[in-house]
Amino acid sequence: MKLHEYQAKALFREVGIPCPADRAVSTAAEAVEAAKALGLPVVLKAQVHAGGRGKAGGVKLVSKLEDIKPTAEKILSLTIKDLPVRKLLVAPAAEIKKEVYLSILIDRGTRKAVFIGCAEGGVEIEETAKTNPGAILRYEVAAKELQTLQHAKVMPFALKLFSNPKQAAEVADIMVKLAKLFADKDASLIEINPLIADGHDKIIALDAKMIVDDNAMFRHAELEPLRDMDSENQDELDAKAQGLSFIPLDGTIGCMVNGAGLAMATMDTIKHVGGNPANFLDVGGSSSPDKVVAAFRLILKNPKITAILINIFGGITRCDDIAKGILQSLEQMNVPVPIIVRLVGTNEEQGRKLLEGTKLGTAKSLVEGARKATELGGRA
Amino acid sequence: MSILINKNTKVIVQGITGRDGSFHSQQMIDYGTNIVGGVTPGKGGQTVLGRPIFNSCKEAVAATGADVSIMYVPAKFAKAAMIDAATSGIKLLVAITEGVPTLDALEAYELLTAHGVRLIGPNCPGLITPGECKIGIMPASIHKAGRVGVISRSGTLTYEIVNELTNAGLGESTCIGIGGDPVIGSKFTDLLPLFEKDSQTEAIVICGEIGGQDEVEAARYYKEHMTKPVVGFMAGLTAPPGKRMGHAGAIVGGEDDTAASKIAKMEALGVPVARLISDVVSLVERKLGVS
Repeated sequence: MKLHEYQAKALFREVGIPCPADRAVSTAAEAVEAAKALGLPVVLKAQVHAGGRGKAGGVKLVSKLEDIKPTAEKILSLTIKDLPVRKLLVAPAAEIKKEVYLSILIDRGTRKAVFIGCAEGGVEIEETAKTNPGAILRYEVAAKELQTLQHAKVMPFALKLFSNPKQAAEVADIMVKLAKLFADKDASLIEINPLIADGHDKIIALDAKMIVDDNAMFRHAELEPLRDMDSENQDELDAKAQGLSFIPLDGTIGCMVNGAGLAMATMDTIKHVGGNPANFLDVGGSSSPDKVVAAFRLILKNPKITAILINIFGGITRCDDIAKGILQSLEQMNVPVPIIVRLVGTNEEQGRKLLEGTKLGTAKSLVEGARKATELGGRA
Repeated sequence: MSILINKNTKVIVQGITGRDGSFHSQQMIDYGTNIVGGVTPGKGGQTVLGRPIFNSCKEAVAATGADVSIMYVPAKFAKAAMIDAATSGIKLLVAITEGVPTLDALEAYELLTAHGVRLIGPNCPGLITPGECKIGIMPASIHKAGRVGVISRSGTLTYEIVNELTNAGLGESTCIGIGGDPVIGSKFTDLLPLFEKDSQTEAIVICGEIGGQDEVEAARYYKEHMTKPVVGFMAGLTAPPGKRMGHAGAIVGGEDDTAASKIAKMEALGVPVARLISDVVSLVERKLGVS
């Protein structure tokens, strides 16, 4: 789950990571009040989960009080990458003596948490990693050390970002707090870009980005209210609540598959034979018949559907559970498009027996299923 | 020969009393896997499927001499179960559990590694040496002892490929589902050396998906260290960027993570990648000189 800049900064303030005295507002009038309190000039920053908000007109420097209201109104009326701007951050325009990049994330490669730093701040870090990999600093932290990271251990890293020892000590202090916050909130990424030395030579987090591990949300009820429902697809949320994993795509052939990898491969295969998948849908392991019914409802909500391919290779999922779910679905709802079913694996025989006598199309292999679904549903 | 497990392997099941745990324990027993006990805290002393239940892995290992544990416990309790396993004396932990928080997996991985325990998973289907030992949830019927090693990030996708290998008469030496999470205990590069050394294995199939660079690293390992052929499959050519495709680790973050980018890099390193699952077998046959 992504947090907005203002939400991440609120967490920063709780743990003592210095941030500008910025304020989040929801209306132009509130923006004017905030600007008056902070003093001009200010920067108005759209709070949306989309990259490139600056390019989209979502970040503006404003020097005159009378310009705050129209500028704020304009940004609040924007839709950036399909996401409406509902909140603004009003930030004092900071004097920047130096800016660097600092983040902490899970490194899949080394299986450790790692701090990434770059003395050239305010940059596209992925671009720098390609063009000038030597400029990227790394400091690995074992999971069990995150809570107790020693200031002295990260000081050499901090000194490479800010050579002034006093400023480096402030950076090291921020790193210790970031590591603890990372562990406490089950983050998968916390990024400060840029981390700056301001006009008073103080180190502050000018921006903030934070992503929390979805798998850990069960123990972070306190973060649930921070979820931005605009950036969530309602069907995806409904699916999740029912133990399914669903992502809408723009094609016409509905897919119901067990297992994420096979679900992706099923989409790829449909595309390969000339069709166009309408969705990714993983019914998950140990599928109960109820999940299949829920999956049918989700797929059929899409009016563009012309055929449905059910591709099950049973392992922890039992084919008879899936077959029961298909039968229940056909009893409970009108399915106006052809269905192709492919059942293989655990309890395959019982599953096939249950479906005997129905009008469902069948397939022996994934390619055959994809071809049949594409023939019946039409090419996209 | 095979890798990691064989007919002499003694297995305990953490979470044997749950719905999935008991169902799949019975399936493993039916396959001939030597299940010597189960672990469910608070249920020590009971008997399930004719096997004794213990309160901890340590007790179970002391009483049975088990060398492998397979874990079905719910995600919330997975970390505690993995920590229990780490100090019990087993050599291999297979974590089937899906939805384990990444930091829990990281911490458990560190502890397991410190105690010399290899972790497979989490969020994986387990592993099987056909005809000898099955430690996982894969359907037994599709496997047949043979020449090809399989390593995969996806469960059901592995079954597809195994099915094709079996139908083609190639069979499998050992098949390992390594899991779909961002942090997993054993990556392709951790297991390829074992297959390279295994006398039964003649070729290896690696089955990957979007997200991370593990498949590319595997291809690089192949180019630099291996004599046996490796072929690949990659799921997610049609996956939209920025979306978590079911598996926690299956997300296209940047351009490098896409299936197309990874396929290009793997092929440049000498690992051909099948575009359809049904093409995997012909790539393997070509490498082995079988027509």
